[in-house]
Amino acid sequence: MKYVDEFRDRKIARHLAAVIAAEVVPQRLYSIMEFCGGHTHAIFRYGVQDMMPDNVRFVHGPGCPVCVLPVSRLAQAMQLAERFGVILCSYGDMMRVPAAKKRSLLSAKAAGADVRMVYSTRDALQIARDNPDKQVVFFAIGFETTTPPSAVAIKQAAAEGLKNFTVFCNHVLTPAAIQHIMQSPELREPEAVSIDGFLGPSHVSAIIGSRPYEYFADRFQKPVIITGFEPLDVMQAVLMLVRQINTGRHEVENEYFRVVTRDGNRKAQALVDEVFELRRMFEWRGLGDVPGSALKIRDEYKDFDAERRFALVPVNIRDVRGCECPAILRGVKKPTDCKLFGTICTPDNPQGSCMVSSEGSCAAYWSYGRYRRQKQAVEA
Amino acid sequence: MSTNKTKFPLSMNLRKGHVEMTHGAGGRAMAQLVDELFIAHFDNELLRQGNDQAVFASPGGRLVMSTDGHVVSPLFFPGGDIGSLSVHGTINDVAMSGAKPLYLCAGFILEEGFALSDLERIVISMAAASRKAGVPVVTGDTKVVERGKGDGVFITTTGIGVVPGGVRISGDRARPGDKILVNGFIGDHGVAILSKRENLGFESQISSDSAALHDLVAHMLASVDDIHTLRDPTRGGLAATLNEIAWQSGVGIDLCEDDIPLRPDVRAACELLGLDPLHVANEGKLLAICPAQSAPHLLAAMQAHELGKNAAIIGEVRQDENRFVTMQTGFGGSRIVDWIAGEQLPRIC
Repeated sequence: MKYVDEFRDRKIARHLAAVIAAEVVPQRLYSIMEFCGGHTHAIFRYGVQDMMPDNVRFVHGPGCPVCVLPVSRLAQAMQLAERFGVILCSYGDMMRVPAAKKRSLLSAKAAGADVRMVYSTRDALQIARDNPDKQVVFFAIGFETTTPPSAVAIKQAAAEGLKNFTVFCNHVLTPAAIQHIMQSPELREPEAVSIDGFLGPSHVSAIIGSRPYEYFADRFQKPVIITGFEPLDVMQAVLMLVRQINTGRHEVENEYFRVVTRDGNRKAQALVDEVFELRRMFEWRGLGDVPGSALKIRDEYKDFDAERRFALVPVNIRDVRGCECPAILRGVKKPTDCKLFGTICTPDNPQGSCMVSSEGSCAAYWSYGRYRRQKQAVEA
Repeated sequence: MSTNKTKFPLSMNLRKGHVEMTHGAGGRAMAQLVDELFIAHFDNELLRQGNDQAVFASPGGRLVMSTDGHVVSPLFFPGGDIGSLSVHGTINDVAMSGAKPLYLCAGFILEEGFALSDLERIVISMAAASRKAGVPVVTGDTKVVERGKGDGVFITTTGIGVVPGGVRISGDRARPGDKILVNGFIGDHGVAILSKRENLGFESQISSDSAALHDLVAHMLASVDDIHTLRDPTRGGLAATLNEIAWQSGVGIDLCEDDIPLRPDVRAACELLGLDPLHVANEGKLLAICPAQSAPHLLAAMQAHELGKNAAIIGEVRQDENRFVTMQTGFGGSRIVDWIAGEQLPRIC
């Protein structure tokens, strides 16, 4: 496959692994947080950790859009489907996430609610056109990558005068979340894993550019490498991080320059800005309330805002007892530190959000990483 | 006087007609559907006996029986349809014991309003598949459900076969050191179905690999006498089948990603849709496990058969009390190959 195989080349991987091994300082630990679920997935799927020296460790961050959506918002989406009888259009990953009493959108669907899996906002718009007598709500989740398509859908619906289409907006912002993690009190505790550097988002950065990370890198004195989702991208970025850490630098560098520029996609940014505005506060699963970390629909487009069209009841739901998703999402615990991991919580019976999406760190650990632990145990 | 004419004075409108509740009500309409559609196309001696059951002499040896319900959507897809699939699926389930499939039984659940022309197309395809495989449909059943309570047509087929003397094939016989072989490209069926699903707007030239594998199996058994395990990796793909075998046999399995045959276009489609080809369904593939010393011979035998031209040795069985299925990735690392969680594609067979 052109433009893909080049970034999965085994020979180059071996070479990069040798260079990284030669450049790491043996006495120190390199803790690298990959913010995005896409990176977590690539690391496990291709076995990137196997090719790293023992003192380079990945800490899996909160960048899985499904994982960070609080249960209360999911419960409200379920209200839309069940109480208000709308056609709820959702991305596939969201369908299996358990809300209260282990019920998910999938179980709501089985019980008769009209929940449909869509691949894009265009599908949702088409469903609205095809069902003029039904209210159709698009359950919008995700970081900056999925926000522009939601903006386009709203503008398109406005242009067509669609009266039965709204968006339940849960879009969140990456830089605010990274900042919040760095300010987490746990990270300041002596026994906490200190994070030495970040693998910066790839798709998100294609939209927002690399500039927004500059303030962060400077303030917290941590290097950030914007990198792609292919395994060689990840390895190259690790090498760049190791070099920065070794020389005490803390810059934003762009490994993914084939896609990301410093300013990002200005057209997409303008679209998002036209339709959405900053939410003062938004709850993240695992991070709690994070100021200025999410978007809401502007007044000009209020007719397309599901939160204004339907009288949604606020829901207060706690995570499953014992579930360590919050700590795992902040990178202060590993999936294997959770008592539920692999016992009652598996991809077939997920208790927390990190086990649901294949980008979630618990699911990735379960699907790809258990063998490694076993191997390490045997070797030890 | 012609008996046929008095039995069914009105002819069925196969071109424009639809399935009606009367087609399942036990009256003349049902008899006509059975006679003029099912018996006409499946025609064979046992079916012509006209009884509610097929009566045949018991063949010697161990008998094998298997059943498979088919609910695929869409009903027609590149490389096949629900009719041919329902023949191949059950023949393969019988053949994976090493058996020679003998007879099939077919149960149809039809939805009121289903076009008779589509039904005829399916029955013709089914009859052709059964004739080509040499495994006749010898008895069956038809039911009609009200509109909205089915999805056009569901077909359940049951097969009976006989295992040749000396053959012992089972999912619990994989042993450390054994090699694992597959008879060709994986993932074709799942991607072919996906390409036809209406809400995906995804065009591809990939055809389903749907095929009856019993002749290939007979050919393999004739060339190597110590095949331990055979299984067709249908729903859940290679990953599910290998995990099942690992659990049944109490062993681990290690695959080599570079050795698994995968068409570039199937790989590209999976890449685009975020699917793992190891989880994608096949309908004309089998996995064979045999001792290492027999593997080259078995591979050559498979490659000499039309349905095994692209066969390959893809991994081996190892000792592992955790029963992990792992894979050496093309990139140079290793990973676990797990069962798929939840559903990847609804109603693929």
